[in-house]
Amino acid sequence: MSAVTTTSAPPKPREAQASWRERGTRRPTLLKLAALALVAAVAIPVLHTRWASGTWPTPLTVDLTEPLGKVSDWIIDNRDGHPLFLYFFGHISNAVVLSVRAVYLVLLALGWAGTTALATLIAWRTAGPKLAAGTLASLATCGLLGMWVPTMQTLALMAVAVAASVALGAFLGLAAGLSDRTFRILRPVLDTMQVLPAFAYLLPVVLIFGIGVPAAVLATVVYAAPPMARLTALGLRGADKGVLEAVESLGATATQRLLTARLPLARKQLLLGLNQTIMMALSMAVIASVIGAAGLGDRVYQALASVDVGQALAAGLPIVLMAIVLDRVTAAAGSGDREQGRSWLPAAIGLAAVAAVAVAARLADSLLWPASWSIEIAPTVNKAVGWMTDHLYSGVPVIGGTADWAGHFTSYVLDPVRSGLTALPWYAVLLLVAALAWLIGTWKSALTATLAMAAIGVLGVWKPSMDTLSQVLAAVAVTLLIGFAIGIAASRNSRLERVLRPVLDVMQTMPQFVYLIPVVALFGVGRAPAAAAAVVYALPAVVRITTQGLQQVSPAAMESARSLGATRGQQLRQVQLPLARPSLLLAVNQGVVLVLAVVIIGGLVGGGALGYDVVFGLAQGDLATGLKAGAAIVCLGLMLDRVTQPSRAARKEDA
Amino acid sequence: MTQQASPYANAAGAKTVTLSVQSWVGAQADVAVAKLILERELGYRVDTVQVDEVPAWDALSQGRVDMIMEDWGHPEQEARYVKDKKTIVPAGEVGVIGHIGWFVPKYFADKHPDVTDWRNLNKYADQFKTPESGGKGQLLDGSPSYVTNDKALVDNLKLNYQVVFSGSEAAQITQIQRFAKEKKPFLTYWYQPQWLFEQVPMVEVKLPAYSEKCAAKAPEDIDCAYPTTPLAKYMNANFAKKGGKAAQFLKNFHWNAEQQNAVSLMIADQKLSPEAAAEKWVADNEPVWRAWLPKG
Repeated sequence: MSAVTTTSAPPKPREAQASWRERGTRRPTLLKLAALALVAAVAIPVLHTRWASGTWPTPLTVDLTEPLGKVSDWIIDNRDGHPLFLYFFGHISNAVVLSVRAVYLVLLALGWAGTTALATLIAWRTAGPKLAAGTLASLATCGLLGMWVPTMQTLALMAVAVAASVALGAFLGLAAGLSDRTFRILRPVLDTMQVLPAFAYLLPVVLIFGIGVPAAVLATVVYAAPPMARLTALGLRGADKGVLEAVESLGATATQRLLTARLPLARKQLLLGLNQTIMMALSMAVIASVIGAAGLGDRVYQALASVDVGQALAAGLPIVLMAIVLDRVTAAAGSGDREQGRSWLPAAIGLAAVAAVAVAARLADSLLWPASWSIEIAPTVNKAVGWMTDHLYSGVPVIGGTADWAGHFTSYVLDPVRSGLTALPWYAVLLLVAALAWLIGTWKSALTATLAMAAIGVLGVWKPSMDTLSQVLAAVAVTLLIGFAIGIAASRNSRLERVLRPVLDVMQTMPQFVYLIPVVALFGVGRAPAAAAAVVYALPAVVRITTQGLQQVSPAAMESARSLGATRGQQLRQVQLPLARPSLLLAVNQGVVLVLAVVIIGGLVGGGALGYDVVFGLAQGDLATGLKAGAAIVCLGLMLDRVTQPSRAARKEDA
Repeated sequence: MTQQASPYANAAGAKTVTLSVQSWVGAQADVAVAKLILERELGYRVDTVQVDEVPAWDALSQGRVDMIMEDWGHPEQEARYVKDKKTIVPAGEVGVIGHIGWFVPKYFADKHPDVTDWRNLNKYADQFKTPESGGKGQLLDGSPSYVTNDKALVDNLKLNYQVVFSGSEAAQITQIQRFAKEKKPFLTYWYQPQWLFEQVPMVEVKLPAYSEKCAAKAPEDIDCAYPTTPLAKYMNANFAKKGGKAAQFLKNFHWNAEQQNAVSLMIADQKLSPEAAAEKWVADNEPVWRAWLPKG
C-alpha cells in the first residue's frame, strides 16, 4: 500500500498557483460557509429535538448482521456444488494456481544461478550496468539470508498478480482513455479502489476462494490494478493532439491510430503504471500471507507469531530489495534513457551466457541456493532490538522512556481527541466534514464526504469509527509535523536528501509486520504503537512530496525574494511554503491515506476499534463484523480523501 | 473448486502433505516435529500454511490443507463440517490438555496472595491500570482468533476492569515480557501449556467454577471459568482415507505437555528455527516417535 507517491508525477504547481491566489478573494469561502450555516440553522434544531445524543441514533441504523450471516452460510454451503463456484470462481482459481505453479517451476528449473543471471541480464539491458550490479547483489542477499525458495515463491505469485493487474488495468484504462463516458463512470470506482485499505476486503475474498494462493492473487489484483488503469487512461488522453491529427490526415483507421500513435505516445505513462502496479502488488505480499499466500510474507508472519524480529527482518529484507530493484529497473525503462531496439547481438550473447550458467548449475546439481552459503542475521538483530528496547523503554534521564511517551501520547493526545469526537453530536460531525470538504473542494466532494460519514452511522459502527478517526488524526498530525520538518531540511540540503533516500526507500517498502513487534516492545500494547507504526509508514511519502514541492518553487520567485533582502526563514514562510501549497496539500492527503491503512493493521497490536473488528472478522470467519468494519474503513478513507484533496474541478470552480 | 493444493506443492514430484500451522508456538512445535519425521522417515514433502483457526477449518474442509494438528475446541465448526458435511474427521488427541484462564505474575502473587481469587480483584484494579484501560484495571487479552468470554466475565462478575485486546499473541507476549522485566503487576488472559511460563512464571486467578450449565448460557451471560480441553487433531476426510502412511502417522502422533513445551521453548525462547528445534527433540526422543510410525 505504499509507493503511490514515490514516482507518481507531482501536481504542477505553476498551473495551480493562479487559482490559489484567486481564492484569496475569500468570497466563495464566505458564500459556502453562509450556505452551510443556513442548512445547519434549519436542520440542527429538528435533529436535536429528535436525536440529541452524541453518537449516531439507533433508529437511523440498518442492522446487516443477519443478512450477512446468511450470505456467509450460503457461500459455505454452496461453495462445493453451485455452478457459480464450479464454473466461474473455480476456473479462475484453477487458472491462478496453474499459472503461479508454471512460473514457479520455471524459476526452479532455471536454478539460483540461472535466475540470478537472467535477472541481471534484464536489468542490464533495461537500466544499465549500475542497476544490473544492484540486481545481482540483491538476489545474492536473498540467497545468503536463506530465503531463496520463499523469494522464488513470492516472485512467482507477484509475476502472476502483476500480469493480471496490468491486463485488467490496461483494459479498464483503454476503455476510459477512449471513451469519455467510461472515464466518468470509472473514475469514482478507481478512487474507491485506491483508498480501500487492503485489510478490509481480505475477508470476502477468502470466503469465496478459501485461503491460499488464488485468494491472495485476487486480493492483490484489486489493490494493484487501479494505478495501471489510471495511468493508461491518462497516457491515452494526454497524447499530443498534433501528432494525432497528422496520423488521422494520413487516413489511418481508429485501430491503427491507437496502435501506431496513441499507445506509443503513452509509453511513459504505461511504464509508470507498470511500476506503480508492481510496487502496490509487492506491498500486498505480506498482508496476503494472512490469508495463506506462501513465500516471504508467510515467513514474516510466522516469525511474528514466535515474536522473532530477527527472523521477520530476514524475510522482510528480500521484499525490500525486490521492491527497490523492481522500482528502479521499471523506472529506468520508463524514463527511456536507454532506448531499446539497439543491436540484438549483446542480448543474444547475454541470453546464451544465462543458458550456460543455468546448465552449469544444473550439472553441478545446485538448483537451490547452497545451504552452506548463508548468514544468520536473526540472533544479532534480536540482540540489538532487545538492547534498544531495554534501554529506551523506561528510566531514560530527562526525556523519559518510550513507555512514558506512549503513555503521555495516549492520555494527552489520543484520549482527548477521541472523547472530543465521540462527545460531538453526530450531526455536528457531518456538518464539520461538509464544511471542510466544501471549502477545499467542490460541493460534489463535500456531498461524497458527508454521505460516506453518514453511511458509517447507518452501518451502526459510529463509535469505533470515531475511535479509529481519532487515531488517524493524531498519527497524521505527528507525521506531518515530522515530515514537513525533515522535508524542509532536505529541500535545502542536497547532501541530507541523498542520505535520506535509501532510508526512506526501506521505510516505505519494509513490510509493516516486521516492525509491529519492536513498536510494541517500545510503546506497549495499545493505540500508541499503532500510531507509531503508522507514522513510520506514512513519513517517507510526506517527506518526499514536501521536498519535491519546495524544490520546484520557481527560482525566479526565490531570487526576487532574496534580492528584497528576505532572510532564509522569511523566504521559506512567505515564498516557498505558499507557492508549494498544492504539493503540501498532496502530502497531507497521502499522509492521511497511508496512516489509515496502517492504523487498521494496528488492530494487531492493540489499536482496537475498526482495525480489531476487521482482524476479528478474518480470524473468526465472521463476515458481518469484518465486513461492516471494512466498509466503515472505506467510508472513512473516502471522507478523509475528499476532505484533504482539492480536486482539479475545485480549482476551476474557484478560479 | 474443492480440491486444490498449493501451487508450490509437489514441485519435485514428491508425495505431499499440507499442514496448517496456527499462530501459537505449541501448534508450531506439533507441526515442526510431525514435518521432520514425515520428511525424513516416510519420504514425504511437507508444506505448511499459517492460518487462523476458523479459516483453517474452512481450508481443511476444502482440502487445501490436510490436517489441523491442535484444535482448542470449535463446536460450531465441528457441527458444520464433521457432523453435517462429513468433510472433516477427528484424528485423535494430541495428548496435551489445554486450559485457558486469568493469570498474574508470580512475583506479584507472592506479595499479594489474595489476588488469586476473583473476589479480591477489584482491590487491585488500581495497580493494574494502564493508559489504555481508561481509569480501570487492565485485563490483557490476546489474539482475536482465541476463544474468550472475558468481556462478559468482567461485566457479570462486576469487576472494575477494562478488557484491552492486544490483537495478536505476539503483541501480548511482548507486552507480558516487558511487564515482567520491569516487575510490574499485570492481569492477563493466558493458557496452558505455554512456554512463556518458563520465562515469566505466572499464577492462575480462580474464577467461579466451570460447569456445563454455565457454559451453555448465551455468550453475554457467561460467568464462570473456562473449561479444560483435551486438544484434538482433525483431518480432511479424503486425506484420512487416501493419505496412506502419512495419515496413519499423523493419527498416531501423540505426546504430552512437557514434551511439547520442550520444543516450544527452543523455538520461542532460544530462537531456534522450528526445524532446528524439532531436529534436537527428535534426536533425543527416538523411542517416543518411533512408536508413531505406521507398522509395516
